[in-house]
Amino acid sequence: MSTEKDKNQVSLDDKLFTVRRKSLRASHIRLDERLCKDCLRRICTYLCPAEVYVWNEAENRIDIRYENCLECGACRVACDGIEWSNPMWGAGISYKNS
Amino acid sequence: MMADKERCEVVIVGAGPAGISCGYVLAKAGVQVLILERGQYPGAKNMFGGIFFSDQMSKLIPNFYNEAPVERFVAKKHYSMLIDDSEIALSFEAEGFKKPPYNHSFIVRRSVFDKWFAKKAEEQGATIICGVTVTDFLWDGNKVAGVTTSPGDDNALLADVVICAEGANSLLSGKAGLRNRLSMRSRSIGVKEVIGLGKDVIDERFGLTAREGAAYEYFADATPGMLGDGFIYTNLDSVSVGVAVIISDLYSSENAVSPNELLERFKHHPCIWPLIKGGQTLEYSAHMIPMDGYRNIPKLFTDRLILVGDAAGFVNNSVCHEGVNMAMASGIMAAETILEKRKKRRYNARDLSLYERLLKDSFVLDNMKSSRDFIDILRTHKELINEYPHVLKDVLAKFFEVGDVPKRVTKGNIFHMVRRRLNFVRTAKTFASLLKSGI
Repeated sequence: MSTEKDKNQVSLDDKLFTVRRKSLRASHIRLDERLCKDCLRRICTYLCPAEVYVWNEAENRIDIRYENCLECGACRVACDGIEWSNPMWGAGISYKNS
Repeated sequence: MMADKERCEVVIVGAGPAGISCGYVLAKAGVQVLILERGQYPGAKNMFGGIFFSDQMSKLIPNFYNEAPVERFVAKKHYSMLIDDSEIALSFEAEGFKKPPYNHSFIVRRSVFDKWFAKKAEEQGATIICGVTVTDFLWDGNKVAGVTTSPGDDNALLADVVICAEGANSLLSGKAGLRNRLSMRSRSIGVKEVIGLGKDVIDERFGLTAREGAAYEYFADATPGMLGDGFIYTNLDSVSVGVAVIISDLYSSENAVSPNELLERFKHHPCIWPLIKGGQTLEYSAHMIPMDGYRNIPKLFTDRLILVGDAAGFVNNSVCHEGVNMAMASGIMAAETILEKRKKRRYNARDLSLYERLLKDSFVLDNMKSSRDFIDILRTHKELINEYPHVLKDVLAKFFEVGDVPKRVTKGNIFHMVRRRLNFVRTAKTFASLLKSGI
């Protein structure tokens, strides 16, 4: 049985869907994967407001869903292994209500 | 090789409040100025909580609010501590705030407002090009000579002087060696939702009429155990609801919780939900907030380069949250510096040091200096957010409890409870240092 709270919860996917974007032709995020295997904290998997970083247990690495990126840059502050650059030529997010 | 490139007097990287202010003042004085913005329009990538402190804007464009797209002015300020499922609040509504210039506090949506401000700078003669990402500087030896917009020099532009107004996630300031790698303590991560509610609903729930707006700030369990806060700001027919926390606290929190989860918990707090329920999420957004503080301000200039706004860490990390006005003031002072040094066309570090002197003589660095210890006090005295609010809540709950126990006895019980839970000397010392820290 779902509680009222569950019913009122907006899923992250729905939230990300509200953000208008121009598609990125290539990933603007690079990751030094050697660091991930020994990383205990994996802060990228929960710090990112858009959950761009997902641990892939089967392949023992981080999957980067860069299309979801909200371009805040918090990931690069939290992790030395992340090389983040600004999307080029107006690609990425365009806020219209914020 | 350098000679055949396009040349411009001043290039400004980033069309936010700092960059546009700088461009506005320079263009008005007849300087050839180019603003490069990586978003598809000014404001496309810009986000903040919601309050635009407009004292600097009024200096550039008097009575700007008569034509600018502002949502509401701030008529009501509400400071609150969420404690478990309870709330202790201070609400302030001043008649003076409801008259021009409205205490220089307006709630705006940046995607709309920055676009308007950019247009005003264009009217003064500034050129703004959007959809262009500056990736590095163009170097002449070890001096900045311009900017480049892609790997290699193919899209390079020469400039006499460059203004870096890149914002909180500045990459260029590091490339110029003006700041070290950003630390997790030097940035907060903020997330917010703009929730459409309808003007009548907002007016009724927040007790507002016409263009009156409300700024609600929430502390303590708004971001449980972490240094941060929550907020609700009323737009005209939507509300901005968000939380912000220091990244280092997210990192060291025991249970890995995401900013989005923090926001959902905040939204569903029993004292928050009634204010925002029934709405539709129009947009979700995220942005970093500089928490550098006075002691970790980056180097503000070097040969032919000046840092302004969030890129320079100009945010007053006190309970007042001033940021946009400081960004604008720094942009204006960078412009004044250039106008002064333009007479000899010399923009070496020694010339540009005028910028820092102007900042030091202004409210920008004064405010940052006087509140330099505030965040550290909260960081080193976690009891201020984790313990004292709970004691206060229990005191009030006991005090207001209705029953047949004589009030005299209740007050005695309260006194004993407080004495059991708090060391008076230590508490007094903590509050004294909090007050001294520039709250």
